[in-house]
Amino acid sequence: MSAAQELHNQVMWNRLISVVEEQALTLVRTAFSTSVREAGDLSAGVFDREGRMVAQAVTGTPGHVNTMAAAVGHFIDDIGPERIYPGDVYVTNDPWKGTGHLHDITVTTPVFRNPDDDSSLIGFFSSTAHVVDVGGRGYGPEAREVYEEGIRIPILKWAERGELNDDLVTMVRWNVREADQVIGDIHGLAACNETGRRRLLSMLDEFDLPNLDDLAGFVFDRTATATFAALAAVPNGTYSNTMTVDGYGDPVHLACEITVTDGGMHADFTGTSPLSRQGINVPLGYAEAYFTYAMLVALAPELPNNYASLAPFTVSAPPGVILNAQHPDPVAVRHVIGHFVTDLTLGAIAGVLPDVVPAEGAGALWNFQASARQASATDPRPPVELLMFNSGGSGARPALDGLTATAFPSGVRTMSAEATEQVGPIIIWRKEIRENSGGAGRQRGGMGQVLEVGPTDGYQFEFSAMFDRVAHPARGRRGGKDGAPGKVYLDDGTPFPSKGVATVPVGRRLVMELPGGGGFGDPAERDPAAVDNDRHQGYIS
Amino acid sequence: MGLRIGADVGGTFTDIVIAFVDGGYSSTKVLTTHGAPEIGILDGISRMVDQEGVSLTDVEQIIHGTTLATNALIERRGAKTALVTTEGFRDVIETRTESRFEQYDLNIVLPSPLIERADRHVVSERLNARGEVLVPFDEDGARALVERIGEAGYESVAVGFIHSYVNPINEQRFRDLLLADLPDIACSISSDVSPQMREFERFNTVCANAYVQPLMASYLVRLRDELATRGATCPLHLIHSGGGLMSVDSAAAFPVRLVESGPAGGAIFAADLAKRYGRDRVLSYDMGGTTAKIALIENHTPATAKTFEVDRTARFKKGSGMPISIPVIEMIEIGAGGGSIASVDSLGQIRIGPHSAGSEPGPASYGLGGDDATVTDANVQLGRLHSDTFGAEDIDLSPALAAEALERSIGAPLGLSPADAARGVAEVVDENMANAARVHAVENGKDLSGYSMIAFGGGGPLHASRLLDKLGLDELIVPPDAGVGSAVGFLRAPFAYEAVRSFYTTTTDFDVDSANRILAELTDEAMTFVRQGTDAEVVVERQVAMRYKGQGWEIPVRLSEAPFDEMAAELLAAGFTKAYEEFFGRAIEHLAIEAVSWSVRVASVVEAPPPVELVTTGEPAVTTIDSQPMFDPVTREDVETVRLERAAMPVGTQVDGPAVIVEPQTTTILASHHRAVMQTDGSLLIRRMNT
Repeated sequence: MSAAQELHNQVMWNRLISVVEEQALTLVRTAFSTSVREAGDLSAGVFDREGRMVAQAVTGTPGHVNTMAAAVGHFIDDIGPERIYPGDVYVTNDPWKGTGHLHDITVTTPVFRNPDDDSSLIGFFSSTAHVVDVGGRGYGPEAREVYEEGIRIPILKWAERGELNDDLVTMVRWNVREADQVIGDIHGLAACNETGRRRLLSMLDEFDLPNLDDLAGFVFDRTATATFAALAAVPNGTYSNTMTVDGYGDPVHLACEITVTDGGMHADFTGTSPLSRQGINVPLGYAEAYFTYAMLVALAPELPNNYASLAPFTVSAPPGVILNAQHPDPVAVRHVIGHFVTDLTLGAIAGVLPDVVPAEGAGALWNFQASARQASATDPRPPVELLMFNSGGSGARPALDGLTATAFPSGVRTMSAEATEQVGPIIIWRKEIRENSGGAGRQRGGMGQVLEVGPTDGYQFEFSAMFDRVAHPARGRRGGKDGAPGKVYLDDGTPFPSKGVATVPVGRRLVMELPGGGGFGDPAERDPAAVDNDRHQGYIS
Repeated sequence: MGLRIGADVGGTFTDIVIAFVDGGYSSTKVLTTHGAPEIGILDGISRMVDQEGVSLTDVEQIIHGTTLATNALIERRGAKTALVTTEGFRDVIETRTESRFEQYDLNIVLPSPLIERADRHVVSERLNARGEVLVPFDEDGARALVERIGEAGYESVAVGFIHSYVNPINEQRFRDLLLADLPDIACSISSDVSPQMREFERFNTVCANAYVQPLMASYLVRLRDELATRGATCPLHLIHSGGGLMSVDSAAAFPVRLVESGPAGGAIFAADLAKRYGRDRVLSYDMGGTTAKIALIENHTPATAKTFEVDRTARFKKGSGMPISIPVIEMIEIGAGGGSIASVDSLGQIRIGPHSAGSEPGPASYGLGGDDATVTDANVQLGRLHSDTFGAEDIDLSPALAAEALERSIGAPLGLSPADAARGVAEVVDENMANAARVHAVENGKDLSGYSMIAFGGGGPLHASRLLDKLGLDELIVPPDAGVGSAVGFLRAPFAYEAVRSFYTTTTDFDVDSANRILAELTDEAMTFVRQGTDAEVVVERQVAMRYKGQGWEIPVRLSEAPFDEMAAELLAAGFTKAYEEFFGRAIEHLAIEAVSWSVRVASVVEAPPPVELVTTGEPAVTTIDSQPMFDPVTREDVETVRLERAAMPVGTQVDGPAVIVEPQTTTILASHHRAVMQTDGSLLIRRMNT
């Protein structure tokens, strides 16, 4: 390939990434789901005609990295290659063919070079968003089977040759709460794919390309070379780690063994605890996503995601473990355990990458999820669903302190207290750094935060708690101390469960002390000036 | 009308422009004097006045824009400042959004808060979302805190309480207590500076205001006094980030509104030209030494926003800076300037910026000791910039140094010749800017097809022809005085002020009285500011930001002059639905609509510029400098390229690409399929041939 052609291909590759970024941005702006717009809980990508992902937008959710990449292959298989027409739009929320729980709806749109020629298929756009509701019991871990978690839409045509599938729309509409928002979001997914489709076609026109094949080949080739070069940082061999987290009822023991060969990295989760009765079980594809994210963020942070960057990373787990949920296991809140896979697998390679891998962090988010209900039966006001995202501290890095009240591996953002109080019957009394919560170390763990919330007059909270790292704090690394464990209680001192359903009564406030991140290195080696500053600022006392 | 002077203090140069009564301009660039920027301005003005044989007493108005406030924030050179906030919310400006702005970087460093934790103090008080008291204001605690503030020697105090945008009473009470005891301390309260919902943005804004206030107030007063001493009898006005003028007193009280005022002048410059040419949809493209700025201008008015980020620390990445909630001219700024450094990443891809070689040491070809290859070096290597016609007199551009740097930074790692490396650098920087323009358009719900481009700044005309192709646009205008466009823009700005306030209501439960009262108060506030500067006729624009209930992003809806009546909710819903369809293609049925934030902009009426009669064809240019082979990105090969002086192009002169048109402050490049025609106002009109 000539130097000029090489440069030309690089330019086109970057353009393709900007096309999918545009696709994703359109979705963020229109979404109704809080987790889409505040947490970036969405994904968007372009695929070649065989369903291999060529480019993906960088969003806030590592959990969609692999799951989304695999989804389009399922769409091609289930629709059938001979039934793919110009103007079609496909949809599913199957946890095992999409991104791991029913709340994520994936929409895929084929792209034809010539809309009048059924044989001119050149690829697909696909996008996923977490929607407000999917029916069933509502969002939470209480279901015993996925059937109770909501409507399951198999891979179906949302539209065929530009004609909306009214039967399917009606079916969905009658099975979800907030139907207008959910249907609006599915239309939004289709619209953002359409934006991508139009931009791709005009890009192909501009660069005078008949299809995506040569460019996809270039992308895969260059990415594979760079990925394997990055993987060389970890010598061939076997690396293992275990971690215990609170789980739901019983502690969950997570175990991984990573085998590194010339062909890539494989994580096996044998030794991990069995499935939970609650919906914190994780489909294997979701665990794979957080493993792949961990390896990429440690080894090759500059690499754009595509088929070739993800291909070297594979996972396995015996049936019946919590990281390998099968239909009909309940999986609604699979992130609570799934997010720990990143710290688990990073921990395995920490020994060979001592200057890269941070200490453990708070991990799973401390989302405040409650239904505010009127305390008196005669109060006519309807219940209000409340959702706030809150993060504990992240682990200290080899050369830097951990991040205070900042999510990892999730990319979630918190919401403004004022905005939250404008729309719901809640008062946020306190949201401040939790002093003395970062694990001590040469580098200090990120601090957690203290959150104190209560209902406004006449309301009480029905609370679905999903808080981890209360019994099992984030561990320090290389001599660094553990971060402070989380605590949950009412403002009068009454203990409050960290998992499960409970009530915050009228007039009471719920206090949540979010866990801190682990420290890195011996605390005695900490720069005295940094210690003085921590004391001056009141981070430690 | 007498003489008017525009003075734009930038990071490297201070641009001074004199506008004469006949509509002509004269300009100069002097080095910015960072320690005391007024010295550079005063010297520059004196030099211009002497050179043009006029007197300062003949000057009718001096308009000033400065990066001083921005730099004080970026370099953390502000006053010793305390933040006083509601108990329970001490750390809002430190915990930020609780997210990482870069998902794939384990080693990100979050921006440190402007005011550190030890300087953040709390008072017991609390209002609810309707502005009603939940916890009464603790007078004794507040008095004790005032005493501690006095003892600690703070120069400035920012006050930000929860829900103060609804009810400012407690913030005002604290300010009164503070000033009663410490009359000389500077004090900013968030309900004055930025009465908008969302505590992180509002607190940060009031902190920024308090932090730069002592510095800016003393600077502005020094400048005004010194101008008077030197004989100026005219008023001094400041251009603010929203692209309007404000008085020195307003600027000294709300200096945060001066942040990013220079680029705002650039957008005004482009908007004025858009009006002269009758272009309703324009992309303004301003490329300087460190960054490129792209703004959208519809119906001769730059798009505006209510919040922006200053000091993005990581590759201009969204979320890596400090949010400031004030009305601004909306633009996207990326690290793509002449001095931006080119490098090769782990994928073997060429990357540009965000680091800039600045003016010291500057691009390698300047011969001032710079080693890194920059965008300017690529332009020198490609033959687009020549020493004999380069504007800066003391700089002797060296093609040999450019080639060496390109070889070292790009050629060697990638196995490319310096020529191919230069093509690569140029292509990547152009692609970066084109992508930024596309994303900016999408963020604003616009499709760029049919837009005209206006290019200025030292680097704009060099890259505009290529950008035009990448964005699929048909028309480019390169105005005269492009190199000092922002300062010229100052002279065309209206007196304007935009007042913004959050107030939450829905179309199903619309609060007519409150909405009318808030709009009236906002109008009064904006009018007061404008009347400090002018008695001229004004226009009043009213807007509300709305969304479907459940969404998180609002879109602006223009309101009519008439107060709301019982039909208001219906009209608002219809207005929103129409705007939503424009943005996203389809409205959503049955959903409630929320109104979140209200704004009123009052602006003086600026005399409409005379329309320009378009000259579309003309006589070929006669005088050229030379002709040599140069890379043409359209045909992707070297083709014979003519070089000529812009000054040697009388009105109606036509030049077919490929061509290099040089002038003291910039150079315009024409690709092989472009044609430039000199217009009656001195602009170059560039279009694709045969279209």
